[in-house]
Amino acid sequence: MNSSNSEKASLPQRNEFWKLVFPWVLTALFLLFLPVIFASNSALTIMNQMAITIIFALAYNMLLGQGGMLSFGHAVYMGVGGFMCVHVMNYVEINSAPLSLPFLPIFGGLFGLGLATLVGTFSTRSAGTVFAMISLGVGELIAACSLIIVAFFGGEEGVSADRTYMRPFFEIEFFTQIEVYYLTSVWLLISALLMYLFSRTPIGRMANAVRDNPERAEFLGYSARWVRYYSFCASGFFCGIAGALFAINFEILTEENLNLATSGSILLVTFLGGVGVFFGPIIGAVLFTLLQTVLGLYTELWQLYLGALFLATVMFFPQGFAGVLVSHAPAARNGRLGSLFIPYVKMAAPSAVCLWSVAGLAELLFHARHAALGEEEMVYFGINMLSTSVIPWTVFGGLAVISFGICRTVAPSVLEAWDKAITPKGMAQ
Amino acid sequence: MELVVINIIDGLVTGLLLFMLSSGLTLIFSMMGVLNFAHASFYMLGAYFAYQISSITGFWMGLLIAPVIVGVGGALVERYGLRRVHQFGHVPELIFTFGLALLIEELVQFFWGKNQMAYESPETLQFAAFAIGGNSVPAYKVFMIFISVGIFLGLLYVLTRTRVGMVIQAALSYPRTVEALGHNVPLVFMGVFGVGTALAGVAGVIAGPVLGTFPGMAVVLGSIVFVTIVIGGLGSLWGALVASLLIGWLTTFAASYNVEFETILKFFGMEKPEIMSESALRDIWTLTLPQIGPILPYILMILILVFRPNGLFGKRDA
Repeated sequence: MNSSNSEKASLPQRNEFWKLVFPWVLTALFLLFLPVIFASNSALTIMNQMAITIIFALAYNMLLGQGGMLSFGHAVYMGVGGFMCVHVMNYVEINSAPLSLPFLPIFGGLFGLGLATLVGTFSTRSAGTVFAMISLGVGELIAACSLIIVAFFGGEEGVSADRTYMRPFFEIEFFTQIEVYYLTSVWLLISALLMYLFSRTPIGRMANAVRDNPERAEFLGYSARWVRYYSFCASGFFCGIAGALFAINFEILTEENLNLATSGSILLVTFLGGVGVFFGPIIGAVLFTLLQTVLGLYTELWQLYLGALFLATVMFFPQGFAGVLVSHAPAARNGRLGSLFIPYVKMAAPSAVCLWSVAGLAELLFHARHAALGEEEMVYFGINMLSTSVIPWTVFGGLAVISFGICRTVAPSVLEAWDKAITPKGMAQ
Repeated sequence: MELVVINIIDGLVTGLLLFMLSSGLTLIFSMMGVLNFAHASFYMLGAYFAYQISSITGFWMGLLIAPVIVGVGGALVERYGLRRVHQFGHVPELIFTFGLALLIEELVQFFWGKNQMAYESPETLQFAAFAIGGNSVPAYKVFMIFISVGIFLGLLYVLTRTRVGMVIQAALSYPRTVEALGHNVPLVFMGVFGVGTALAGVAGVIAGPVLGTFPGMAVVLGSIVFVTIVIGGLGSLWGALVASLLIGWLTTFAASYNVEFETILKFFGMEKPEIMSESALRDIWTLTLPQIGPILPYILMILILVFRPNGLFGKRDA
């Protein structure tokens, strides 16, 4: 009797367990076979950069998404971890200490953790605006120090090291990009898993509670400040790991790794991806790295587009990309996901044309203002045009207005289809 | 002695400039609870607009028109951007203003490029007003002091002596009650945001010729302004004034007295290491006061936060 009962209980449990483990196994396999498809060195470099950004963004989201703390100076934890790792690499090279490269991120993590435990003592006293301001001040302070304390930060040229002088790891000396890719991937998997598990622990859950209602959490007997402090330290640890991986990949760290621009871009990455969902920052990091590398090749204005995209996200989709994806879950449960396809296409086509022509106008204007004197020809999506002639301006302007008009007329029907899709069957009015 | 007087004047100019930014910022903060990260960007816009206008009509029209444009722009941002994001909470609001700061910097680069603009002070003010011990003080600096003091007095008068000021002050503490009394509080918010950004615009117009008009000018001053209002106490106008002047004088005096750390360390009885290049602390021995001048405000902020978390004059726990 007893045994059959426990068997019945363990079956759903085992199902739950597989539901938890399966995505991670899939991710591991995916990471393992990814270089088979993208084998070139430049692709590997981009993927490594993505992995580092993913770890950093996930660590950042431990604060922003899970703890409700907005940090404007988070690059310093990654940066200081990275700087320390460069020094560790140099130390190993000079003293031939017994340390091989795959273990370096542990050091990076510990240094990030150390800095976070120090700063956290006074910065996590409150969340919200005050925390944001303190993080900004500390970030700026350390970034400014990097130009003063030359012995540690190396001044303007930064500090560099050579990863290949570390002790070989099972005969691997990390000369090639692919070896570094696998090292980075393993650490990506480990840290993402640990961060996921952290969000499942009681302290991770309490972080959510403190984010939503600190007063109530305090009445339950938890110190909101300590809960924030633990999240902050954990985030510092993983930032340090990201910094170490950066040091391994690029073998140099400069002031750029500490400054406000880097801190801001990680906020952008995390928010674009979506702060409410664990995998949101991963999407954000992948998208951002692709945008940066691909869009950066084609246009000088990519940062302008990125800024506009960011602002639009904050205003219209504050739940980010992942949040939008997740909001489709009710529709999928109702089995009505397919009914959204045609309305979406109807909306996407004019929006794409609208964006394309607005971007065209921007490129025209930029070219007209900044091109060298006498240079009138420019290329946009393979089309040659003169930025001084009236034709492209009218064509883009007209297209933008017309497609925007179509968007506006289509929008109500799309919203209606959406409402229908997320209403459970049998509940229709 | 002459150097002290010169430094006091220079520090006053910097401090009052900071105050023009921090006063608007702190007003906006105490009213809406949102820290406008893009505040310094409006200061930059002020400088750029003034440059564009002054290239056509001369400096004085720029001084008049540019702040108005900036203020209207700020009010529009509040009406159509911030108010929309407000429903999501304070953190999204802060992120919104941060994104706005990014976008404004990109837009400025889009229209005016990355180089410094040739924005200069008017010729009528390009003479030495007076000299102290061989150091002449440019008339433009005196003009800056007068403008900022004038704006401060005007602000003080409006806030404490007029009906509008009373409504604003009341709306600061009890927005719902003021609304129930029939005042249009959202309009008041929009107005305060517009005036605050216009003040930043004025600061940009008069600082542009001195500090340079370039796309990084918002970042250079921006974080110092935040530090200022944190030190002064979030939401306190007097705190903003005191902290601005304090920071102005602190950075100016630090920049002009070449105190070497070596003397300080020796005073405390420390031995200078024989071989400097080997010592890990070599940077501390070679530091000078002008070198650490720019980071003094941040150090001050951290000290204040550790020992007096609400800032110098802050009452509220934000």
